[in-house]
Amino acid sequence: MTKDSGYFGAFGGRFVPETLIPALDELAAAYDVIKTDADFWSEYGRLCRDYAGRPTPLYLAEGLGRRYGGARIFLKREDLAHTGAHKINNALGQGLLARRMGKQRIIAETGAGQHGVATAAVCAMLGLECIVYMGEEDMRRQSLNVFRMRLMGAEVRPVSSGSRTLKDAINEAIRDWVTNVTTTHYLLGSVVGPHPYPTIVRDFQSVIGKEARQQILDREGRLPDYIVACVGGGSNAIGIFHPFLEDKKVKLIGVEAAGRGLGTGEHAASLAAGEVGVLHGAKSYVLQSAGGQIRQTHSISAGLDYPGVGPEHSYLKDTGRASYVAVTDEEALEGFKLLCCIEGITPALESAHAIFYAARLAGTLNREQIILVNLSGRGDKDIDIVAQALEEKP
Amino acid sequence: MSRIASIFRKRKHKALITYVTVGYPSVEATLEVVPLLAESGCDLVELGIPFSDPLADGATIQKASFQALENGVTPQLCLEVADKLHRQLDIPLVFMSYYNPVLSYGLDRFCRDSASAGVSGQIIPDLPPEEGGQLEAIGGKQGLDTIYLLAPTSTEERIRLVAERSEGFIYLVSVTGVTGARDRLPPDLAAFVARVRKFTDKPLCLGFGIATPRQAARVARMADGVIVGSRIIQLMEADRSLAEVAGFTRKLRRAIDSL
Repeated sequence: MTKDSGYFGAFGGRFVPETLIPALDELAAAYDVIKTDADFWSEYGRLCRDYAGRPTPLYLAEGLGRRYGGARIFLKREDLAHTGAHKINNALGQGLLARRMGKQRIIAETGAGQHGVATAAVCAMLGLECIVYMGEEDMRRQSLNVFRMRLMGAEVRPVSSGSRTLKDAINEAIRDWVTNVTTTHYLLGSVVGPHPYPTIVRDFQSVIGKEARQQILDREGRLPDYIVACVGGGSNAIGIFHPFLEDKKVKLIGVEAAGRGLGTGEHAASLAAGEVGVLHGAKSYVLQSAGGQIRQTHSISAGLDYPGVGPEHSYLKDTGRASYVAVTDEEALEGFKLLCCIEGITPALESAHAIFYAARLAGTLNREQIILVNLSGRGDKDIDIVAQALEEKP
Repeated sequence: MSRIASIFRKRKHKALITYVTVGYPSVEATLEVVPLLAESGCDLVELGIPFSDPLADGATIQKASFQALENGVTPQLCLEVADKLHRQLDIPLVFMSYYNPVLSYGLDRFCRDSASAGVSGQIIPDLPPEEGGQLEAIGGKQGLDTIYLLAPTSTEERIRLVAERSEGFIYLVSVTGVTGARDRLPPDLAAFVARVRKFTDKPLCLGFGIATPRQAARVARMADGVIVGSRIIQLMEADRSLAEVAGFTRKLRRAIDSL
């Protein structure tokens, strides 16, 4: 099958109830129209600049690179984007698309709350109704973001089924969409889900990689040797990887959450430890039991705590174009502390996985080499979790 | 003609189809209730293979699936249950499962084992015809019908596609929504059925939200069969002796036959 049917090699597709297929067709058709609509992209570009604060800076983190000796590390500062993470890029794009489609009601799922906050902000700005589904467990550990969403007028609906995390929030959002599909746009926050979502979200997030590619060329006159990004569903990683796919010499590394360790079974590393399956409408690598049940996952970061992964990542893994590694909770905390004390930057715990891996990788390389890290979000939301973890294990 | 298609051949007879989640509230209950449903007037029973993430289901079936998984139900066990049941029943059984457990079991193996357990077909709510070609072909070789669904949102193009591909019958989702008993069915149900009828002679069965004999009678007037799921699960939960579910099923039968 081709990419037009929503497949990336053997991955992707549309495994959803019939009720949703016409809505997915409608969305794909609307997206096809705006893809070449200069007015749409000029409005998107304007809002990215004036509302979201793009382009985000590229920062040479000299201290971090020197920590273990070796390569220079550049950080793509998505943490400086409005609402504190890369999620705003996609929320803006889909928000504008929903308005074009005449959908006044927006639903979204959120894990760490960053996508929920970005969606709530865009809906407030565009005058759209906003309902965010969030697992009860995530509401507890990301209470700051729950409050932010409510301040911006969003209704946050707690999800108490299953593991009460991101996976269950997506289930509940899909159930809402099945019920209210004619009036509602589902503003999905990652490169997961049925076609055309993995493509649409990737395209809106590609602004990260396009900017970074230009910035590093302007500054260094060459491309980086490595690009490192964390992977839960995988939207920030695809966003920075995608514009470099044809630059074959640039090595792409996705960092998954190894939680308490891959050997313990308590992790969220779908690509490292999953099998091919179908979750949330797409065929991809999935953490599942022998009987085909979706497994409970664990990660210290709510945004990576997800048993699936975007289908394009599965494709990049199988073709070898990208490689995927996993970093534990403890290592991510070390990455978090490292960036705080060496650079004065508080990363999101999600991004801290990538920071840790990049710092270690730098130690194996030389000064001439360049690592580009997507610092996908800021860590204000994680302060309580980090404080608690450090209390337990200073 | 397939075993499923044959239940629609009886003159002036509308089919009554019920759904149970295998292993809810227990495997013993499933083994007991299905023969009871058959005796009480069901023409076909759907055996639900529980899944951890049933995104087309409302609260009742979600809860039943969760409980069944807690009870240790696997696709393997569902096959064993089907095998035991079919030996004592005259009516066809079909599996209702999300796609991942089937995919994980292996399409070839699932179809082969289903056929040898006496199962007549499969309904996979998250497998539209575009993705179902492989399962359909493999199932076909084992004599299994793959039943596809249509919804009120389906376009004419999709109605044609499903009408061509669905085997046994076409499952019409009565409401734009998830499964679950409802007080009221949508007013334009007859128009939806008529829209599909224009394109096919295949039997049309309506499900989702049908919870009372009165609703069943109304649906039977416009379609070839009535599917009741969540209400059956609720009654199994309310009265573990299963007397209520048997009584309710007989009432459904009478309501459908009273036309």
